[in-house]
Amino acid sequence: MTTLPDAETLCAKLVAELRSVIKPSTAMIGLYTGGAWLAKKLHPQLGLSTPLGLMDIAFYRDDYHKQGLHHDPKRTRIAFEVEGRDLLLVDDILYTGRTVRAAMNELFDYGRPASISLVVLADRGGRQLPICAQYCGTRVEVPEGQRLRMKRNAEGRLSLELEGA
Amino acid sequence: MRNPQLNPAGELQHLLSIEGLPRAILNQILDTADSFVGVTEREVKKVPILRGKSVFNLFFEPSTRTRTTFEIAAKRLSADVINLNIAASSQTKGESLLDTVANLSAMQADIFIVRHVASGAPYLIARNVKPHEHVVNAGDGRHAHPTQGLLDLYTIRHYKKDFTQLTVAIVGDILHSRVARSLIHGLTTLGTPEVRVIGPQTLLPTGVESLGVKVFHDMKKGLVDADVVVMLRLQNERMRGALLPSAQEFNKYYGLSLDKLALAKPEAIVMHPGPMNRGVEIDSSVADGPHSVILPQVTYGIAVRMAVMSIIAGN
Amino acid sequence: MKILIKGGRVIDPASGRDAVGDVLVDGERIAALDNAARDATVDRSIDAKGLIVAPGLVDICARLREPGFEYKATLESEMEAAIAGGVTSLACPPDTDPPLDEPGLVDMLRRRARSLSRARLYPIGALTVKLAGERLTEMAELSESGCLAFTQANVPLDDTQVLWRALQYAGTFGFAVWLRAEDLSLARDGVAHDGEVATRLGLPGIPAMAETIALSRLLHLVRATETKLHVCRVSSAGGVALIRNAKAEQLPVTCDVAIHHVHLSEMDLGYFDSHCHLVPPLRSLRDRDALRAGLADGTIDVICSDHTPVDEDAKQMPFSESEVGATGLELLLPLTLKWAVETKTPLAKALAKVTSDAARVLGVKSGRLEAGAPADLVIFDPAAPFHVAPEALKSQGKNTPFIGYELAGRVRYTMVDGRVIYGEVRE
Repeated sequence: MTTLPDAETLCAKLVAELRSVIKPSTAMIGLYTGGAWLAKKLHPQLGLSTPLGLMDIAFYRDDYHKQGLHHDPKRTRIAFEVEGRDLLLVDDILYTGRTVRAAMNELFDYGRPASISLVVLADRGGRQLPICAQYCGTRVEVPEGQRLRMKRNAEGRLSLELEGA
Repeated sequence: MRNPQLNPAGELQHLLSIEGLPRAILNQILDTADSFVGVTEREVKKVPILRGKSVFNLFFEPSTRTRTTFEIAAKRLSADVINLNIAASSQTKGESLLDTVANLSAMQADIFIVRHVASGAPYLIARNVKPHEHVVNAGDGRHAHPTQGLLDLYTIRHYKKDFTQLTVAIVGDILHSRVARSLIHGLTTLGTPEVRVIGPQTLLPTGVESLGVKVFHDMKKGLVDADVVVMLRLQNERMRGALLPSAQEFNKYYGLSLDKLALAKPEAIVMHPGPMNRGVEIDSSVADGPHSVILPQVTYGIAVRMAVMSIIAGN
Repeated sequence: MKILIKGGRVIDPASGRDAVGDVLVDGERIAALDNAARDATVDRSIDAKGLIVAPGLVDICARLREPGFEYKATLESEMEAAIAGGVTSLACPPDTDPPLDEPGLVDMLRRRARSLSRARLYPIGALTVKLAGERLTEMAELSESGCLAFTQANVPLDDTQVLWRALQYAGTFGFAVWLRAEDLSLARDGVAHDGEVATRLGLPGIPAMAETIALSRLLHLVRATETKLHVCRVSSAGGVALIRNAKAEQLPVTCDVAIHHVHLSEMDLGYFDSHCHLVPPLRSLRDRDALRAGLADGTIDVICSDHTPVDEDAKQMPFSESEVGATGLELLLPLTLKWAVETKTPLAKALAKVTSDAARVLGVKSGRLEAGAPADLVIFDPAAPFHVAPEALKSQGKNTPFIGYELAGRVRYTMVDGRVIYGEVRE
């Protein structure tokens, strides 16, 4: 049985790591739902000049023809010019890389950023696309037939959990 | 009898009428539309979700405006759009409705947007298409215009938030109005406590109360404390004859003027499905005034149609 | 040939007889009932144990679609449907192409029917030439060719002057006039009962008033002319009430209802089911209940099938554009039984509406089961399940709102003129 690291500790580690790379042109975008939770933790601690952007990639998913439309899509809200920004794209768990692919496609419909870096709480491996995280809280081995999930409790504390498939 | 709009899993397969749709599906459409409003406010107003899908605009009754909004919506979803003005082609050559549809189906259609002069025509088409094909009713006879009803609901929700506190007044030619029927069903499904219809007896259908509305013949009474006033278009051909004596008399008693609007709540919104007959059902001072949300309706109409198409094509 | 029908429940609606017994058929006639029947030496016997033996059904309105609409149905197909439904006599309205407004057309149709040796066919003649509502037909000549009454079928006759003259002229010869009561301008463009369902579905409506206003006009004309009037397809509570009063007033008026209207209402339109596109329209439940009350108290004399075979293409249309009518010859008996069960109407009384009373209105001798009467019989199993499906119908028209219904009542034998023309025993 793998012991999972504490998510709040990982957050603190990510904040420390990110602080050293913040530039005036840096902005942050969280992906619904888990990435948005994580980004809401990170963003206030980084002193960015732009408000946090939140993005739902429902209209860019590549499994629409199999799964249909996600039931409760949120409105993507990015209240700054994407053009020329150094973007920190935040998600909770990095797995196949398909979500990040969709997010990058959507981002380019807002403009041409100078750079995009990926920030994740945990990388569980299993990539199906050539994508990697520049800032990663932890790497987790996930046993066959299980899923790694990030949860948020009523007080807003984040945690990592393994779930049966 | 299973609702012909829903697939066996209870998901939206076709959009034929608002009547009979569960509240959860109406909310799903309105919530999804909200996300698409975000898309329509971007620089690039397009998402790739329906890439490779074909949307056939099948208009057996001419309508530039509705056809255009569906076309824009489909294109913003990256679908291929094919416009067919059937009124001017095969129907006049005697081809049956179902033959026309079968032919288009052979051209690999995914979504049929159907407008027809006969109430119920989209139901007939929906019963006869292949399982992967979807039908959206873009207005059938006097029966239904569900996407218009949904965009009206979206607009009302946008400005008024909570349906369960509202008084909505719908004014004018209810008898011939598919817009009114769709909106009434939507409002009652979403829990609107008071929906009023206002018009002379000649323009109200028999037993309209059975739709769950209150009937007013006196517009001044019907507008009192209304939160939302929906004006309906009065077709030219109905303005004189046995239904109404004249456009002038209609305007005097049932047209929306500033002084009549003053009877509604101060923050009331005024809607109209368009195109408007200024000086007949609505005065310019109202149409262009601060209460009017007629132009936002058009904008939201595109997002609502994007939502409908993206939901059904995925089910 | 002598045929003995043994041990069936023999119902003669005219006399009210309803008892287990035997029926002896000798040649073209019923020779004897019960004991008198039992001792005879016979050529053939039919075991009717557990079955009902009744007069063959008399259907006073069945469209056979000939001449002119052979792509919808033919005499052959519809006559097969008739005998499969236990119908031994039927009257066909003149709304053919050309309409039955000339003796030659009537002769030809009757000859064709006779050559098929199926049910008896009684054409109803056109009241006006081409049913156009302008010139009277040669009613006396048509009568000699076999027309028992005259009608406009579903074609409206708006001109009250012409209508008055037509009733006067028919009355001169003692002919009955059969008319549907519907005000032309109130019904114009309408496709459904003007009520809640039409309002919801956005279908142009025909108010019940269209019937009562037209019926009032007809009753005034009957008062003036004393011509026998048969009101076809009454559909509304108001219509039933007017006829009830007319009968109380001793006016020479009879009326019928279509079997569909005995069971269905506007609610059955569902999601634009074009099989429910009927003339007159299916009205409210209150109207349907009034029709049932009218049947119970005798205001309504007859139930007919209003059989109208329509081809699939003409029904696969948007509701308002679809062709009206429903097939019914094979459903008349099971649906009459269903009505009897639902309303607890005694079987003899229920069957009278499709046998003896129908024969009385039509003016023929069939519809009775007694010694000396024509041997037109139906032997049926009232409990046998009948799943209504297109392939279960012999009629070329598969158009019925009852598709998918589980009914009870199957015809085992049908006999016309003493010959078994439907059933396991074929001659």
